[in-house]
Amino acid sequence: MNGDKERRATSAPLDRADERIRSDTGLAGATRAFLDRVRSGDLGALPVVIGLVIICTAFQSLNPVFLSSNNLVNLLFDCSTVGVIALGIVCILMVGEIDLSVGSVSGFASAMVGVLWVNMEWPAWLAIFAALVVGGAIGALYAVLFNRFGMPSFVSTLAGLLAVLGLQLYLLGSTGSINLPYGSPLVNFGQTLVMPPAVAYTLAAVTGAVVFATAFRTAARRKQAGLSARSLGSLLLRGIVITIILELVVYYLNQDRGVPWMFGLFVALVVAMNYALTRTKWGRSMNAVGGNREAARRAGINVRRTYMTAFVLCATFAAAGGILSAARLASASQQAGTGDVNLNAIAAAVIGGTSLFGGRGTAYSALLGIIVIQSIASGLTLLDLSSSLRYMITGAVLAVAVIVDSLARRSRMSHGRA
Amino acid sequence: MTDLTSQSNSQNGLVLSLRGISKNFGAVSALTNIDLDVHAGEVVALVGDNGAGKSTLVKILAGVHLPDSGTITFCRDIVALDDPAASLRLGIATVFQDLALCENLDVVANIFLGRELDPWRLDEVAMEIRAWTLLNELSARIPSVREPVASLSGGQRQTVAIARSLLLEPKLILLDEPTAALGVAQTAEVLDLIERVRDRGLAVVMISHNMEDVRAVADRIVVLRLGRNNGIFHPDASNQELVSAITGASNNAVSRRAERRQGSREHSREPRP
Repeated sequence: MNGDKERRATSAPLDRADERIRSDTGLAGATRAFLDRVRSGDLGALPVVIGLVIICTAFQSLNPVFLSSNNLVNLLFDCSTVGVIALGIVCILMVGEIDLSVGSVSGFASAMVGVLWVNMEWPAWLAIFAALVVGGAIGALYAVLFNRFGMPSFVSTLAGLLAVLGLQLYLLGSTGSINLPYGSPLVNFGQTLVMPPAVAYTLAAVTGAVVFATAFRTAARRKQAGLSARSLGSLLLRGIVITIILELVVYYLNQDRGVPWMFGLFVALVVAMNYALTRTKWGRSMNAVGGNREAARRAGINVRRTYMTAFVLCATFAAAGGILSAARLASASQQAGTGDVNLNAIAAAVIGGTSLFGGRGTAYSALLGIIVIQSIASGLTLLDLSSSLRYMITGAVLAVAVIVDSLARRSRMSHGRA
Repeated sequence: MTDLTSQSNSQNGLVLSLRGISKNFGAVSALTNIDLDVHAGEVVALVGDNGAGKSTLVKILAGVHLPDSGTITFCRDIVALDDPAASLRLGIATVFQDLALCENLDVVANIFLGRELDPWRLDEVAMEIRAWTLLNELSARIPSVREPVASLSGGQRQTVAIARSLLLEPKLILLDEPTAALGVAQTAEVLDLIERVRDRGLAVVMISHNMEDVRAVADRIVVLRLGRNNGIFHPDASNQELVSAITGASNNAVSRRAERRQGSREHSREPRP
């Protein structure tokens, strides 16, 4: 008995040397670890998956068009615009602040593109670039108000919501809306451009291979360094499962038009942000500032600069989302960015699992959350329900998401998981 | 930890020298004209009653607060410690009383916070190994470094904070109440550690209320009282001397209590008349 324990202690990897730690190996261990995590309030993507299953079964039974390839492709087009805005919201929520003006900023950016590109005949790329820069400048202004004057982001961005909306109306002038030319690359990108089937299949396969390769390299390095690592089998299994699921999704979408390039851009941005938030020093400081601002400051992190990047990124993503939605609608109008755009973006981030309280969230929550929100919107549109009902239902879903977030947070605290 | 050769400090060289440091919070003067010298390879204990200004002094050295007047000389240069990063860059590491850890991050992330390896592609494996090495040197009882700090006990958090301060190979370590939250064995470990750090030629400033701990490791004991210097003592100074310097009177609660106990003991020994 005693000898057994000693042998284990000498042969165990560095991070498994403590006998109190339970090592979860194999399928049973993984399941047990997953259940433990969920029970302690670390829900991850679970609420989204459950929510999506409920939404799909409900709408599919009410209208069989809902899960058709055609509708799903439309859904992906629509996801990408607000999804990009939600990605910015994830950034700002990470540091525990909020930007309520993303809708206005997106509308303003679309108006800028309309005015600069169509009315003043700038090259499209320059108009887009200018809109992104101005979006970033608005974010920088919020950051200065926050850093220098201690203005709560809630108030400064609420003021910004009105001011930027005013700018948008001023810019569009009396005409009220500007049509973007059909057939131009930007509008094609927003409305019709899809990946050729071969490209989509290849990308899906490459994704699975990259997931496996990076995990395998990490595991090899950990093993070499004397740390515990996941087994080759489980890594292979995961890579294969991911590849198969992606290929099936691509196959199903290819029954209709295929995978929109715009959605590809959105996913690429999500993956890039995920890398930045989890694998760079900057991302670590975002997490730290959101978790404990004073501790981050004492650790030598430049807290003000971190806030600055968060505000600027959020507003820039909002501007990008506005440009994409202008492309999607082929117009820049006074209505762009108003209505439920703001709340949908924030709701998407929260539903996807980014905490409103800061220091907790992933870029993927924008992707998952916006799919939920857009599924609801799409299903309700198919049922031909009025927008009054749509607002009410979306509002209720947001309320439920925030309740789940708060409850999970309380549970995490009582289980000592922050 | 580092090897001795990397420390270029000459033994007994003056590392830190404070002259006339004052700090006011509104109408309250927390520190008035504080002088303090710390040499390499020396443990200076900073003692004083509650509100004596010990933590304020540490926070000034850590760059959290700015002094209102006075000069700070670090390694022969007059320096301005205007933010925590400046202190860290100079080689002043601090373990704060409230530890200043991010509860949502795991142990490795906390230890390396602000000085991650490979900023554009975090080297998690190397950081985890280094974290384990540091923690094992401290004989830390931490089951997993991949759990968020929120799940650790007070003593474990203290160890994480100390491990973090050692990571940068500082020239001066400030410890604000390093043993307050620790168990018996871990207190001894931390005291051992302080000695080991000193023997490597680092300077250590330690705040403690525990006179036993102070006497055990300190080379000099600096007493603060109501924000002023109130004497420097050797560790072999009597308890009486220290307590009267801390409280500012030979007739104080501690001495009265001691007298009372002494008296009652003698009283009980004497036969009643």
